[in-house]
Amino acid sequence: MKFPESWLRTLVDPRLSTRQLATTLTMAGIEVDALEPVAPPFSKVVVAKVLEVARHPNADKLTLCRVDAGEEAPRSIVCGAPNVKAGMKAPCALVGAELPGDLKIKAAKVRGVESEGMLCSARELGLSEDHSGILALPDDAPVGEDYRKYARLDDALFTLKLTPNRGDCLSLLGIAREVSILTGAELGEPPLAPVAHSIDDVREIRLPAAEGCPRYCGRIIRGVNARAPTPAWMVERLERAGLRSISAIVDVTNYVMLELGQPLHAFDDARIDGAIVVRWAERGEKLVLINGKEHALEPDILMIADERKALALAGIMGGLESEISLDTTDVFLEAAFFDPRAIAGRPRRLNMTSDASYRFERGVDPGVTVRAMERGTELIVALCGGKAGPISETRDGARMPARRPVPLRTGRAAKILGVRLGDEDIARVLGQLKLAFERGPDGFTVHPPTHRFDLEIEEDLVEEVARVHGYDNIPTRAPSARVAMLPQPEERRSLWQLKHALCDREYFEVIAYSFVDAAWEADFAGNAAPIAVENPIAAQMSVMRSSLIGGLVGVLRHNLARQVDRVRVFESGRAFLRTDAPPDEAHPATAVAGYDQPRRIAGLAFGAARAEQWGEKPRPVDFYDVKGDVEALVAPLRARFVPAPHPALHPGRSARIELDGRPLGWLGELHPKWVQKYELTAPAVVFELDLDPLLEVPLPRYAQVSRFPAVVRDLAVVVGEEVAAQAMLEALAEGKPGVVRDVKLFDLYRGPGVEKGRKSLAFRVVMQDTARTLTDSEVEAAMAHLTGILVSRFGGKLRS
Amino acid sequence: MQDLDKIVAEATAAFDAVADPAELEQVKARYLGRQGALTERLKTLGKLAPEERRELGARINAAKDRIEAALAARRQALAGAKLEARLAEEALDVTLPGRGLARGGLHPASRTLERIERLFRSAGFDVADGPEIETDFHNFTALNTPEDHPARSMHDTFYVAGAKPGQVLLRTHTSPIQIRYMQAHVARHRHLPTMPEIRIIAPGRVYRVDSDATHSPMFHQVEGLWVGEDVSFADLKGVLTDFLRNFYEDDSVRTRFRPSFFPFTEPSAEVDMTCVFCHGTGCRVCGQTGWLEVAGSGEVHPNVLRHCGIDPERYIGFAFGMGPDRMTMLRYGIDDLRLFYEGDLRFLQQFV
Repeated sequence: MKFPESWLRTLVDPRLSTRQLATTLTMAGIEVDALEPVAPPFSKVVVAKVLEVARHPNADKLTLCRVDAGEEAPRSIVCGAPNVKAGMKAPCALVGAELPGDLKIKAAKVRGVESEGMLCSARELGLSEDHSGILALPDDAPVGEDYRKYARLDDALFTLKLTPNRGDCLSLLGIAREVSILTGAELGEPPLAPVAHSIDDVREIRLPAAEGCPRYCGRIIRGVNARAPTPAWMVERLERAGLRSISAIVDVTNYVMLELGQPLHAFDDARIDGAIVVRWAERGEKLVLINGKEHALEPDILMIADERKALALAGIMGGLESEISLDTTDVFLEAAFFDPRAIAGRPRRLNMTSDASYRFERGVDPGVTVRAMERGTELIVALCGGKAGPISETRDGARMPARRPVPLRTGRAAKILGVRLGDEDIARVLGQLKLAFERGPDGFTVHPPTHRFDLEIEEDLVEEVARVHGYDNIPTRAPSARVAMLPQPEERRSLWQLKHALCDREYFEVIAYSFVDAAWEADFAGNAAPIAVENPIAAQMSVMRSSLIGGLVGVLRHNLARQVDRVRVFESGRAFLRTDAPPDEAHPATAVAGYDQPRRIAGLAFGAARAEQWGEKPRPVDFYDVKGDVEALVAPLRARFVPAPHPALHPGRSARIELDGRPLGWLGELHPKWVQKYELTAPAVVFELDLDPLLEVPLPRYAQVSRFPAVVRDLAVVVGEEVAAQAMLEALAEGKPGVVRDVKLFDLYRGPGVEKGRKSLAFRVVMQDTARTLTDSEVEAAMAHLTGILVSRFGGKLRS
Repeated sequence: MQDLDKIVAEATAAFDAVADPAELEQVKARYLGRQGALTERLKTLGKLAPEERRELGARINAAKDRIEAALAARRQALAGAKLEARLAEEALDVTLPGRGLARGGLHPASRTLERIERLFRSAGFDVADGPEIETDFHNFTALNTPEDHPARSMHDTFYVAGAKPGQVLLRTHTSPIQIRYMQAHVARHRHLPTMPEIRIIAPGRVYRVDSDATHSPMFHQVEGLWVGEDVSFADLKGVLTDFLRNFYEDDSVRTRFRPSFFPFTEPSAEVDMTCVFCHGTGCRVCGQTGWLEVAGSGEVHPNVLRHCGIDPERYIGFAFGMGPDRMTMLRYGIDDLRLFYEGDLRFLQQFV
């Protein structure tokens, strides 16, 4: 809602500066979003008349004008505007004038000729961007008058950001009412001089859909001149309220809407057949609207129709056929009350909002209908002539919105607000709000006025009381509560710990969009049917990700394009999958039926294993670097890595990660075809893990530390390339004798001494007992046992 | 007996002339060895009278002690010099950069979220979470925003395709977590005569159809909720003011609560804080107003409590929602929200 301050001040004129007025509104919940002057400051500009235009003796494009600025003698002014001509009036900056952009007007010679001022364009005065010529003023502009005063430029434009509950403030009258309440300044009513009917023509009005339209007023005005000009004062107010002047009749309907909040609609009466019928649309019924578009309608859309055809979408937009034109002579003027529930949501669904629908959705005062009709008639007849018929009104009293009395308990208000409030405080505020009320044993019963759709329950009134009392006057209280410690389960770690663990290994956290390119889903998750967004903002953000890998590759590409060639990044966030499993509200991931939304943590490493440095031979990051990162991230839990293919990964360098036998995620090198397709200069290593299983960690358990010496022996075996190290380690761990404390793989060898297709693995075995020193024979027996496992299970040959 | 002193002086000089420990041992033999000068002199003692022998023997032994002392001193000097040389040789350029992994860092928005969590935990708030693909019911209806409510146009919603039209969406705010948490809380404590207080914050990603320098189609929100038997608007003012002062580590921060409208709170308030850049005098960041809008808030609407099975006559409380992305931008002076979602390392590396 936008309006000029000067218009508001005709209705209510509090003793407040412009800025104070804006603050008062904002602090009462009527937020002033923008406050700007109609024109920037300038001085010494007057209305002037061009008496004579002659060619400049020394310049082709300049003219030499004699200008009457209301002084004793005309001035001589050099002008460069193409539109200057004798007899026209224009604003003239006198010598000494200061214009926007720090321009000071001095007497000066222009190409050898004295110029005593400047004729101004709209742009030079900061009024608009128009610089096509000097600003032509109407013939009746008084020569010599200060131009600011003449054009009423010392005015401010208010733009309000109104919340949807305050439909009552979508008019000058409504805002004035609010200002009056807030400041105590007297509320003046907008002028009204009803026109008595001078013809008897009426149209019958039928309301078969009275639940949507319980009140409808119509009136015929015959013999209007639709080509009559709109007076300058009205054009100015409309424009300063952000509306363009269209034609006198349309301008009047808009003007009344701004003034009183009641949208009016003017039909060309000649296009109406018989009675006006306000009804629900028939399914598939079609109507071409004034924007030229045809719409097929649904039965929950309220229509204005006549006895033969549809005329308009009630409260939303008029139809093309019955639209008034410059040739219209007979007007049928409509002022109706449409129930907000009959309009709400439809404009958005039809993608067709209008100033009228915006107001009807939020609630137009059903008490103002006739008054708006009278005001509209008065203005149309005054501007366009014509004779008005009587107002025909049909009304279904039972369906009119009821303003039910609302209780307001003093104790309840005090409790909600946390303020000491007595009955007298509340009575005073209700009086200020001009709300009718009765007193009761524990408070009040309040009768909201017809324009306040938002006062339905006690809390609504509590807010009204708080608003007028002033939110600033409610204390800022440090709350008191029972002191109880929050549980901190030690067997649960937070996501933050995991994030910090990755940061400690040089990963930077990124946040990528949850919606991604469908190609990413196909390539990195093998997901041909991802969950799609109905209304994406861009094609590359059209589906929900089921894997975080795509986003990480996207980040890698972004950085490579900016010459950052070593990248270690991670992200944690939800992935989105379909599921047939029944919803389980206990967990966010499974709370919504049909969708699984697990939290994941994923990382990507690319480029050199170490940042550029002097001390180590550079090498690219590889699978085992990132595996180490994953193992550190998972610790103290221990994951297994099982060779398995994944659509995003190199089939020979890809592992499914398992925790306690359940899949946890994936680790691997990006598949060469994606390295190529996504124009990466080298393979990236990625991992992606389910987050929730990582958050449960065991409490540490103490095991006795031995005081006896440990015996360390090495064991090297040659096995086939196909044997997985993990299988050997697991077999050793499982079958080891009690004295063996630890077995670690410490060497892997291929080359001379080991035949092709085979590899040598060396294990370091640590043996120790907590109760005594081990004997040689015990040590030998344990080693023999371990060797036996490797030989019998994996075809290992001892390497000497 | 001049010659004994001479031998000592000679030996000392000979030791000092040697720079190598092995050579020193050879030189030692010249004086103290079996054929050394002193040994030779000792051999002559037998020919002397007993008294002379005793006297001369004592003197020779004294000279031997002196030579041995000189030898020890020289040995120590040579070892010291050798150590010095080794130490000099082993000296490092300690100014060379250290080796190994450096540190990564959290995303700046995460830094903010972690701080917010810590601050609210210190005031007894637990942290709750919820799904991002949400139902229309939890995102709107249960929050007192029925279909066709004009407030729905405040949220441009992404809908999930393939579901029942309009029923499944990407949550437009973190407020649906309130609903889920309250419902679960009520179910969990149904058997108790008095419901324990609810005190939570709920951070997370939210989605709206919007994209420019100050709006992202995905951004973060933090919801807060405190419901108990006597949790008033004054408490809301207290908690948010306390939080903002602690978050920005500035006790001069002032807050301003303005009446506003949210379907799920009544009374509702927009929360402004004094601009962190100009401290309220007006600057470019705050649009010359001196104030920055930082949160929406209010007392939980009775319909919302009823939807969750809580009696609004008995329990009241407040809720608030704030934008950690903007708080992050203000705290670190970041001027473009788009940087948050590009993953540009040159940006992220500033937040180690």
